[in-house]
Amino acid sequence: MITRAEVCATACADAWQGAGEILAHAVGVVPTIGVRLARLTTSPELVLSDGEAYLMSEPPPLGGTAADGGVAEGWVPFRRIFDLVESGRRQSMMGASQLDRYGNQNISAVGNWRKPTRQLIGVRGAPGNTANHRTDYWVPRHSPKVFVERVDVVCGVGNDRASKLTFHHLGVVVTDLAVLDYGDDGRLRIRSVHPGVTVDDVRAATGFPLDATGVTATREPDPTELRLIREEIDPRGLRNREVPVTP
Amino acid sequence: MGDKTVRLEEFAGVVESGMTIGIGGWGSRRKPMALVREILRSDVRDLTVVTFGGPDAGLLCAAGKVRRLVYGFVSLDSIPLDPHFRAARERGEIETAEYDEGMVVTGLRAAASRLSFLPTRAGLGSDVLTMNPDLRTVNSPYTGEEYVAMKALPLDVALIHLNRADPAGNAQYLGPDPYFDDLFARAADRTYVSAERVVPDLLAEGPAQTLLVSRIFVTGVIETPNGAHFTSCAPDHPRDEAFQAHYAASAKDPGAWELFRKRFLDGDERAYQRAVTDFHAERATEEAR
Repeated sequence: MITRAEVCATACADAWQGAGEILAHAVGVVPTIGVRLARLTTSPELVLSDGEAYLMSEPPPLGGTAADGGVAEGWVPFRRIFDLVESGRRQSMMGASQLDRYGNQNISAVGNWRKPTRQLIGVRGAPGNTANHRTDYWVPRHSPKVFVERVDVVCGVGNDRASKLTFHHLGVVVTDLAVLDYGDDGRLRIRSVHPGVTVDDVRAATGFPLDATGVTATREPDPTELRLIREEIDPRGLRNREVPVTP
Repeated sequence: MGDKTVRLEEFAGVVESGMTIGIGGWGSRRKPMALVREILRSDVRDLTVVTFGGPDAGLLCAAGKVRRLVYGFVSLDSIPLDPHFRAARERGEIETAEYDEGMVVTGLRAAASRLSFLPTRAGLGSDVLTMNPDLRTVNSPYTGEEYVAMKALPLDVALIHLNRADPAGNAQYLGPDPYFDDLFARAADRTYVSAERVVPDLLAEGPAQTLLVSRIFVTGVIETPNGAHFTSCAPDHPRDEAFQAHYAASAKDPGAWELFRKRFLDGDERAYQRAVTDFHAERATEEAR
């Protein structure tokens, strides 16, 4: 049986298709599997880092760094990451604690930023990523708490606030239920629902209306992709912790 | 060449109340923790702290040393958030300047170049501008494009921890990432380097490109073996994950924190290092049972 996590990983992989020879940056287990899958299938030119200071000529083991083996092909300490961001030669898939209909993303704080009810990680690189290169999001638990009318702090910049940003490019939002993208009006819409999920399920889990015109079924991984995910990229099944196997 | 070595106890007077201090390293990596612990022991207050934050930020907040924290994030890496930082924020008791990580780099670069700002794209359209209403934008005189004019982040004192230093103040990193320690040094009036070891000949330790910080920018050198503990200091030692977990768990509970503070922070650095050794010996004994 193909699991939901495997469908999600494949959907994440598809976000990198056609990205070219750029640094692929992924936050979260499933996006990390996705980017390695893309590298081994449709997008061999992608450049991957080990999450520390090295670029790896072959995908590093999940959760491992250059110290665990493999051949390094470059040096990317943090200072060079920022140089790459500014050059535009990077594509990012980040997490989102909150996301609104225009793709404004929050990872900083819940509530008033002066005295938040819940302090989160901080804006980190989200403002710079969305100002400089394509940014996609990964939401492992699609819920109205994440997909909100208004985010408390705009970290990643949404389509309605990007008029001055020459290089702003929001791609897709992959969740455990669906793949969302943006319509011509800049608003999120449902592009595809995962096997076993309905459009109504997705709408019920979203705190604002979603257009579903032309919605399709998210594709399932083919046998080659399944083998890569299960045997080579994630033999320990870490993906199932992020997106549990539901009976 | 002059000898700039200073004993850790003599470092206590360097940081004064009201100063702006920059702390090198990144998250829970190569933080000048021995110097931070020395500040915890002092009666310094009202600091503005500029940092890619890790437990340095959490500890200084918990000790009431921080008036204003300037950061892109505060994280322990293997533990996403520092509980002291989170609590200080949720009580609304510290002023903050939260920036995009790249904006902090840009602000330090501006200070290092003696410029009042540098342009960057990062921040445009985001609430970084709302949270920092003193930030301005500028238009390119060439294309008219709008940029954020990231304010310089000049520092009174920078504190950094490196693998090796020589007595003159040249300092060397032997791990894979220099982080921004040289930039912190250049953005500061004075820089104090703590090092795992102070040695006479840095080139005997590693190649020329590991010589990260020149004595031109260094005021004092302090030998502090294991001085980055419990953060990592590759290749000398990894992060002490067991101790960090104990720190984070203790920080979540006032009673537990009281015990942690008494056991690890109330004495001097030697007492701290001894207490850490005891902590691991106890754990080993428990595991053997």
